[in-house]
Amino acid sequence: MKLFPIRGGIHPDYHKELSGECAIETLPLPAHLYLPVQQHIGAPAEILVSEGETVKKGQLIARRQGQISAPHHAPTSGTVIAVTEVPAPHPSGLSQLTIVLEPDGRDEWVTTLPEPIADPFAVPAEVLAERVADCGIVGMGGATFPSAVKLQLGIRHRIDTLLINGAECEPYLTCDDRLMREHADEIIDGARIMAYALGAGRIVVGIEENKPQAIAAITVAATAFPQIEIAALPVKYPMGSERHLTLAITGLETPARKLTADLGVVVHNVATARAIHQAVRFGRPLITRVVTVSGEGIRTPKNIEAPIGTQVNDLIAFCGGFAQRPERIIQGGPMMGTPLPNLDVPVVKGTSGILALTAAEINDRPSDPCIRCGSCVNICACGLTPVELAARIRHDDLEGAITLGLLDCVSCGSCSWVCPSHIPLVHYFNYAKGALAAQDREQRKLERTKTLVEANTARQERLAAQRAAARKPKAAPGGEVSA
Amino acid sequence: MSQAATATISGPFAHNTNTVQRTMFTVVLALSPATLFNLYLFGWPSIFLFAVTIGACLATEAISLVLAGRPLWRTLTDGSAILTGWLLAMTLPPWAPWWIGVLGAVIAIPLAKQAFGGLGQNLFNPAMVARVALLVSFPVVMTAWIAPHPLFSDHSPGVQQSIAITFGGEMPDGVTAATALGYVKTELSRGVPVAESLTEYGRDTTLTYTPDLMDLATGYKPGSLGETSAVLILLGGLYLMRRRIITWHIPVTVLGTLFVMGTIFNLVDSSRFAPGLFHVFSGAAFLGAFFIATDYVTSPVSEKGQIIFGIGVGLLTWVIRTFAGYPEGMAFAVLLMNSVTPIIDQYTRPRLFGRTRKGEPLPIKVQP
Repeated sequence: MKLFPIRGGIHPDYHKELSGECAIETLPLPAHLYLPVQQHIGAPAEILVSEGETVKKGQLIARRQGQISAPHHAPTSGTVIAVTEVPAPHPSGLSQLTIVLEPDGRDEWVTTLPEPIADPFAVPAEVLAERVADCGIVGMGGATFPSAVKLQLGIRHRIDTLLINGAECEPYLTCDDRLMREHADEIIDGARIMAYALGAGRIVVGIEENKPQAIAAITVAATAFPQIEIAALPVKYPMGSERHLTLAITGLETPARKLTADLGVVVHNVATARAIHQAVRFGRPLITRVVTVSGEGIRTPKNIEAPIGTQVNDLIAFCGGFAQRPERIIQGGPMMGTPLPNLDVPVVKGTSGILALTAAEINDRPSDPCIRCGSCVNICACGLTPVELAARIRHDDLEGAITLGLLDCVSCGSCSWVCPSHIPLVHYFNYAKGALAAQDREQRKLERTKTLVEANTARQERLAAQRAAARKPKAAPGGEVSA
Repeated sequence: MSQAATATISGPFAHNTNTVQRTMFTVVLALSPATLFNLYLFGWPSIFLFAVTIGACLATEAISLVLAGRPLWRTLTDGSAILTGWLLAMTLPPWAPWWIGVLGAVIAIPLAKQAFGGLGQNLFNPAMVARVALLVSFPVVMTAWIAPHPLFSDHSPGVQQSIAITFGGEMPDGVTAATALGYVKTELSRGVPVAESLTEYGRDTTLTYTPDLMDLATGYKPGSLGETSAVLILLGGLYLMRRRIITWHIPVTVLGTLFVMGTIFNLVDSSRFAPGLFHVFSGAAFLGAFFIATDYVTSPVSEKGQIIFGIGVGLLTWVIRTFAGYPEGMAFAVLLMNSVTPIIDQYTRPRLFGRTRKGEPLPIKVQP
């Protein structure tokens, strides 16, 4: 099919050979599972179980709060041994409320699972969205946005194209590649269900050309469905970015501060498509995910289907432990992933990879002065001028940075990767985005304070007026007029 | 930035293998064939001057760093001072006295680079600032080009005589020669048409050395270290392109503009204007196009900006060579364009994704 060029991009070392040929293995039940209440974008889920309670596999243990939220289910049967604060899989190492589950080893399913929907194409779209919401499905490419909300985009927008993102442009990660090779039928079925719910007539599965077996498997799975096309994408990072994928496949450039849905396009990850297939066809909630465990620091890199809540420790042990001392443990890919504070944190719904990277792989070194080589400008897929942007941020000129496109940056990391002076450009941008958010909060707080003060003044004045009126009730009729 | 200092580092946790040091030394490597050929061509005095210039650049860089209280070893070995010295030495007359190299280094490093804040901060190309300052201050010394005296040949000066040339300022008689550009310029000022002087350049018996056509091609001719061998400079430039240190944008536009301007005006009036190919293959056009104008720090960052910059350098070089008092205009042209680099950068920023050129969000288009 005809593809459209995207600007810039880089070709990092992919290291996909470390785990690409490893079939997905199922992790034996770990000793404990740690399920944080927030594994998604939006409001944290509300806990429904308490310490000492026994739960069954698939049982709802935390329900969603509000529209943008997701519930959580028990990945196996067992006992809730604690509901407590546990370090979250986040670089800050801050704790969050977590349900600690001790599996009983029986792995018994709950009897109250939602009924399978035998013919999803015969039920209203809302029923499907409801099912996806009830099963706790979030974007599994790493963004973790509640999928049901995205499925309802068809209500307010006219959606004509559903893009299934199988680009997997991050180095090391092979979980989506393996899913496409091993479960192509489930992905295609999930994609058809989503397209139906969205009212989209066209489905395009975008896969980078470095995954020929995945392309072949998906092509076979899609042969029966003429509305499905396969796009073999050029290998280029960040091809898997939602907006860039949309541009490459449809030729449409998403305007700043708009959604791809405004162009009639919705993008979902392949793992999300499979989860939706399972939720709709079998009533199965999202309780496991495939994680790539890789990097030169890992003895035997693997693709593992692990229960949500598995500690990183358990995954690494399953891969034979460390081969050499890793410099950092990364959650996600090396380009956009986050460093983990320790190995006790759990796998959550958005964990696509756990990478143990050695110092040689990271190739970090102290920064040199910028020599204005222009590499960052030429490779930026968003058309930014990172060198200048960083200079503005260094001088705390956030307004200037916004003019230069700070808020259009997708933090893909290409500029930092290419910089010969090893300047941590993305770090500057993240700092500036954080500072802007803080300013924004401060501004809102000021406005709220002002509103409260004004309301208070108004109330005091009203009370004073009432008191004044009350003090002279005995005045002679007509007295007020004279006064 | 206190917040950023305490927060954990952002990704990416992967990096390509390029470094500033590697970039600088790749450029040095690319310059090496032409340099070695020229050091051979001009013998011991040129080797002494070359060593003195680079040594002085390193020494002045070290002194500047110590005075500024900056880390010494890391910066000194980043290759930038060596490269500046190397490029400066390549633009000097090969038998110029030692103090030309030292003075050039003092102008290039402490004044043109460190005073602006060090690597990456200077507005003007340090080597070119030094060359131009020397040229306007010491026009005679800076235009004393000599005929080739290849090492180990009969008329090549020995080590002792070479020491006297470089360190004693004892220039032997009858060794200087005009460069083609200089000759044409002088002849034109005497009323000799360009076309005539061009054919005469190879035959003029009043000159001590007259290269034939073959010599012009191989670089066996008078000139600075970087001026003589266009072929070897071109090879170095192509190597830099292959290694992706530079792109085609600046070299092609500089040489292309020079060629087009020369050709057009030569067609209009061949008695006054030298032909395009002559412009491209004489002077330090190749060195300037591939190694000087492409200096990262002082040229625009975007490809579009580099094209504008290259055209400007080519145009100004032609104008200066043709109408101004100096036969060679590359250094002046580069400095002039350096001064507009920030403005070019400002007006050639790429369009932001999802926005118009003016920065407004794009209008919503849907699929046909």
